Amino acid sequence: MSTPAAPATRRSEPAATAPSPSSPQSRGRRRRAGTVLGDRLTLARAVPMIPAAVLLLLFMAGPILYSLYLAFTDSAIRGEGAADTSVVGVENFTDALTDPAFWNSAGLTIVFTVVSAVIGQNLMGLLLAILMERAHRGVTFVVTAVVVAAWILPEVVAGYLLYTFFAGDGSLNAILSTLGLPTQDLLYTVPIIAVAFANVWRGSAFSMLVYSAALSGIDSDIHESAAVDGAGPLRRIWSVTVPLLRPAIATNLMLITLQTLSVFGLIFIMTGGGPARQSQTLPLYMYEQAFSYGQLGYGTAVALLLLLIGAVASLAYLRLLPEEEKR
Amino acid sequence: MTSAAETRSATTAAEEGGAGASGGAGRRVRDVGASGAGRLAGGRGPRRRLADAAASATMVLIGAIFLVPLLWVVLASFNTEATLSVAWPDDWSLGNFRAIWNAETTFRPLANSLLLCGGATLVTMTAAVLCAYPMSRYRFTGKRPLLLTVIFSTGLPITAVMIPVYSLFVQVNLVDSMLGAILFLGASSLPYAIFLTKGFMDAVPMEIEQCAWTEGAGIYRALWSVVMPLMRSGLSVATIFTFVMMWGNFFVPFMLLLSPEKLPAAVTLYTFSSQYGQVAYGQLAAFSIFYSLPVVVLYLFMGRSLGTGFAAAGGVKG
Repeated sequence: MSTPAAPATRRSEPAATAPSPSSPQSRGRRRRAGTVLGDRLTLARAVPMIPAAVLLLLFMAGPILYSLYLAFTDSAIRGEGAADTSVVGVENFTDALTDPAFWNSAGLTIVFTVVSAVIGQNLMGLLLAILMERAHRGVTFVVTAVVVAAWILPEVVAGYLLYTFFAGDGSLNAILSTLGLPTQDLLYTVPIIAVAFANVWRGSAFSMLVYSAALSGIDSDIHESAAVDGAGPLRRIWSVTVPLLRPAIATNLMLITLQTLSVFGLIFIMTGGGPARQSQTLPLYMYEQAFSYGQLGYGTAVALLLLLIGAVASLAYLRLLPEEEKR
Repeated sequence: MTSAAETRSATTAAEEGGAGASGGAGRRVRDVGASGAGRLAGGRGPRRRLADAAASATMVLIGAIFLVPLLWVVLASFNTEATLSVAWPDDWSLGNFRAIWNAETTFRPLANSLLLCGGATLVTMTAAVLCAYPMSRYRFTGKRPLLLTVIFSTGLPITAVMIPVYSLFVQVNLVDSMLGAILFLGASSLPYAIFLTKGFMDAVPMEIEQCAWTEGAGIYRALWSVVMPLMRSGLSVATIFTFVMMWGNFFVPFMLLLSPEKLPAAVTLYTFSSQYGQVAYGQLAAFSIFYSLPVVVLYLFMGRSLGTGFAAAGGVKG
């Protein structure tokens, strides 16, 4: 996570760690070179940061802090808790942790994240990025355009498109029966897998772009020498490419995990969380509790538990980063 | 085989065009070019060609699977008899487009989307550029923690804060207010926009500004007439990225806007099926095309630099 700051550090650190003011020469040079810019931030110079600070405090930090209060109340849209909200302590959390529907959703969320992000998008992205280096240029151009198009389409459109793809009378079954293969009914039998595939379709472009950018930074001489030493293509990918990509893999995994944990619209459009809650991941469960049943306090508690899962996953990925990247 | 390298050089070149060739970027382009040439000079045996052909074939297969749902929406939109399955229309017709060609179904939701996302993009980018400038140009204690906070908040799932946001908005009477939705959507995209903008701004050398400074330009003047023109390409990537992400956002307007006349296309598309009773898939496809067109056009307009820009910012650098 430290690399993004690299340009800034490169610029500011020499100044900060420069031979300290004890040397009169360096002091004089610095004063001449950086009379205005590269200088310390003063209150007046921080003024342009105010609009962003106000927006972030009001609309991001505010709600997050408020959720820490809301999760411990019985706040509701209607009924008891709507007129006068009272603090109920950890009741919402104990309710969640003893509700089988919560555990069902938590399990489905993990299945969805592992299948669609950690395995699906990640491997599909890596595969496409590696193939891009080898495949015919025209093929690469067209295929990446299609994959990226799937990514930039609005979430609701993607939801409908993948619904038609997996539906009983949909495209996938039409193709399967043309090929003489048995048809599928994933949306009813294992809807979580259908929505996970949908998320792979929608999200692989991100990993592909991340990995292809990272691969283009790898010197091809390393591959040449590995090939000369007799390493086959798969061996080269596993022993040369993957270790070199480790920082990119760790950050990519972290980003797509956080994105996938909070996917709402795609599943909401495709299955609505059903049938019988079989694809109700935590965001959908949270939505149902907060708005269909009006339990805002309970829904917020579930949202905090969702954030907790995200935080735990992020910490795990940070451990994957090589030491020098952590600083 | 060289396409990835070329994309890279293309984007770096684009950056250079805007940022005025910083030495590091120029060197990277040359490195990539040189190694590509080296590989070509190495020659390619039959085994190599076979591997390349296998790579192409695999890519075509993956591409074909990815294409099917996209093909459905295009073909179904021209087919008034469209079903759930992808099929070549028996007779091509503009009937679906004609059926939704009215203010209530199409133009008002799209205008609302434009107002919501355009307004929020304006809010985000204005605040982001202003905020990135001191972060890029001055030293201060706590700069690193601040940057890390910004980066970490880019990963914050907005879904998880929507209930408290809704609850707060109810209390201050901002629910169903377009302005409220614009401000929230703007704020929620801000961390990523600040991060992107600061990265692009760091690439603009300070020497040029120093001239502007010595000639007596204030910081806003220097930012507006020196720095921003030099980071034009980066700014357009950040702006378009912000807009595209907002255009596709469903959950935020779904929660914060209620009146039918204020709903953006993302939400009306969801209500599309219930609105008409039986689902007219052809019309749904036609509306999806109208709704997706702006982001597709922006993508074609920006080309690969957009995608690579996002990924570079989100993944490799971050």
